[in-house]
Amino acid sequence: MSPITLILIALGLGLLGWLAGRAKAWGFASSDPALRPASRPIYHAWYVALWVVIPVLLFVVAWSVIAPQLVLQSVLASPAAESLPAFGFERDAFIGEARAVALGQAPGVFNDEAEALIAPFRDAYAQYNTIGILVTVLIALAGGALAFLRLRPQFGARTRVERTVLMILLLASLVAILTTLGIFVSLVFETVRFFGMVSPIDFLFGTKWGPDTMSSPEAVDPSRYGAVPLFWGTLFIGAIIAMIVAIPLGLMSAIYLTQYADPRVRTWVKPLLELLAGVPTVVYGYFAALTLAPMIRDAAVAVGITSASTESALAAGIVMGVMIIPFVSSMADDSMAAVPGAMRDGSLAMGATKSETIRRVLFPAALPGIVAGVMLAVSRAIGETMIVVMAASPAANLTANPLEPMSTVTVQIVKLLTGEQSTDHPATLSAYALGFVLFMVTLALNFIALRVVKRFREAYE
Amino acid sequence: MSSSVLPRADDAGAHPLGPTRTPAFEARLAKRYRAERNFRLVGMSAVIFSVAVLVFLLGNMLINGIAGFQRAEMEVTIDFPASGVSGDAVSLTAPSAMQTLEMQGLPDVILFFAESQVGKDAAEQISSDAWRDVAAALADDPDLITRSATFRLPTSSALASGLQGEGAPEMQALAQKLANEGKLARNWDWGFLSRSDATSPQAVGIWGALKGSMLTMLVTLVLAFPIGVLSALYLEEYAPRNRWTDIIEVSISNLAAVPSIIFGLLGLAVFLALFPGLRSAPLIGGMTLALMTMPVIVISGRNAIKAVPPSIRDGALAIGASPVQVVFHHVLPLALPGMLTGTIIGMARALGETAPLLLIGMRIFVATPPEGFASPATVLPMQIFLWSDEIDRGFVERTSAAIIVLLVFLLTMNGLAIYLRNKFEKRW
Repeated sequence: MSPITLILIALGLGLLGWLAGRAKAWGFASSDPALRPASRPIYHAWYVALWVVIPVLLFVVAWSVIAPQLVLQSVLASPAAESLPAFGFERDAFIGEARAVALGQAPGVFNDEAEALIAPFRDAYAQYNTIGILVTVLIALAGGALAFLRLRPQFGARTRVERTVLMILLLASLVAILTTLGIFVSLVFETVRFFGMVSPIDFLFGTKWGPDTMSSPEAVDPSRYGAVPLFWGTLFIGAIIAMIVAIPLGLMSAIYLTQYADPRVRTWVKPLLELLAGVPTVVYGYFAALTLAPMIRDAAVAVGITSASTESALAAGIVMGVMIIPFVSSMADDSMAAVPGAMRDGSLAMGATKSETIRRVLFPAALPGIVAGVMLAVSRAIGETMIVVMAASPAANLTANPLEPMSTVTVQIVKLLTGEQSTDHPATLSAYALGFVLFMVTLALNFIALRVVKRFREAYE
Repeated sequence: MSSSVLPRADDAGAHPLGPTRTPAFEARLAKRYRAERNFRLVGMSAVIFSVAVLVFLLGNMLINGIAGFQRAEMEVTIDFPASGVSGDAVSLTAPSAMQTLEMQGLPDVILFFAESQVGKDAAEQISSDAWRDVAAALADDPDLITRSATFRLPTSSALASGLQGEGAPEMQALAQKLANEGKLARNWDWGFLSRSDATSPQAVGIWGALKGSMLTMLVTLVLAFPIGVLSALYLEEYAPRNRWTDIIEVSISNLAAVPSIIFGLLGLAVFLALFPGLRSAPLIGGMTLALMTMPVIVISGRNAIKAVPPSIRDGALAIGASPVQVVFHHVLPLALPGMLTGTIIGMARALGETAPLLLIGMRIFVATPPEGFASPATVLPMQIFLWSDEIDRGFVERTSAAIIVLLVFLLTMNGLAIYLRNKFEKRW
């Protein structure tokens, strides 16, 4: 029984409870002001409905975790399960096949051993589905009856409903904390396991990266887990090449559009620039890999650099820079708009030209904000994945030549975690360690940048 | 410039404007004005360059993509009464019609008629799955079986690239010959929008990926929208100023800045560890993307709530509404258009997202559209990524065509957001 069905049953019963509660509360109406009900009928209705739905939802969540286990237990206890291999891959495969057939997801089984398990699976599912529905209905009825019997003219239904609503709001906002905690804990947990196999010193300062996913997990060669080439590749593509493209273009676009351009031009061009940020990264990656990278390689070969690669850092970096342009430009826009108009007017009144005012007054005053914007842009560039997965190289390379292939942290995370991998292998765990480093660096960049922006805003207010 | 209309200063002392307008001054002024012009020019070229890159990018996709909506098709006339293939309205529309027709030798019948009409070499280049198209046509119109009908059947990708002047010389010659006879042409291929992934670029379609995207987005919306809106309401309207609230706010702004691939790591380490059977499922993909989208909705939602003037709240409180009634009866309806705008923008970002889904196993070959939230699926951007890895020339065009479809969806969503913002934006 899918949880969705149980939830629908709960919602249907909730609606019944809602109607019953409202009908009962209508009967409380009285012309005598002293006997006027404490809450309007609608709150009585909601009170009953909440008592029906919330306990059932809690049960459904618990049940959808427990039920598959119970089904499996009862199937394994059946006589047909005795012929199964004791453990291992085959056993799981048979069980999976039989389950799929029993649920109607697959037309038939490949292995005859699985055939015998279909019937026990069907029986178990039928049995536990009935139990699930019965318990759902019982809980809903019990909750609804309890709430319904408490309804009185003087009952404070509104206060209780509102308190529940506030609890739900609080729970919703706790999801953010849970997510942050979830990210942090899962990354730290796997990273600590990785550092149990490879020392942090080797990982952070080693200069050779080449995890061997085929090697035995017991015989770890720490010298293959030096992440420096990846950190360098990430910085070189995301913080150097991309920024060389994005900072001048973004900054000058922002200056031109806010200080020089006709307002009519601005209303058309600004959304166009913002479109650059809305293009999915997979499209940029495709463009970098199939159009720009061969172009750059051909150009390099034409001027005599035959070692140029089609997986060069340059192509990925340039395209990433283009993606970041609107980001830099809107941050520069905001920071220059925050500079008080009096400073600009003062400079113009002294006879400075517009460009002199921008370069000597507006820009220095807005510099902290712009620097913060660039930091945010860098944090976005180093975490960018698809462009580098498609255009940069899977092979880590410690070089300063932008025409050579280079790899980044995100490329390695994708490479190590897609496909079949064992969860205990150091190569798999190293991807989490890389993710942890990426997470901490982007957090630090954002933290510093937001503080700079805040302090800078306060300075002018 | 103004310096040209003013009288020139030949000797410093005698000038009517005083001793400042020396030749050196004039030179400096000219230089400053030149710098001004240059600066302006640099700014303009930065804007022009950025827009040109955008135009080049989109134009490139469009030109390639238009070819991706077409495929090479060969004209073959099949005389059904003479073919030995039989059936009636019932058997041809039954779910088992495909198997029945295959058993009756439909593929060989097609090959036979093709050989007699275009020759053996050309007949061999008809796609091996072409009979499925014929079977589908028969299911649509069972009457065809009683007469002779002309079909346009997909060719092999070798012949298709031959038609475009690429690939093996003998294929190019064959394609040229057939095209001159009017038997081979590139036609609009609307089936691209209704088929799923396949191994040949002639037979692929994006419906499977599109359906996967829709299922995933539905999960994302159902999870992220209520949670995002409710947290925004709590933080903006009820949260006491204390350390807990600060932690929630810091978490949300951090989550908005975390690289998307980190959410993929979370999905892999937590969701897939909890539900190992749901690898590649839209349910897990949607949950992962929901965590990524939720902070965007919270942040835009808070801005929308802030824009509701306090006088509305004061007015409602003054006539006896409770704090919950103030928010749900007055603030929320007024803030909802702004929240919807933020939600659509967040959803558009999630729709274009690939990286986190790579890690939770949505990088798979899906030949039939996913049936539900728990069946293996892929999404549109992932399909683009998968096709971009293929070497076959035909896939380059198909990839661009898929990109066009994705961009059309994104543009529609963003356009809708802008429309909503303009329609419901209120100035208080």
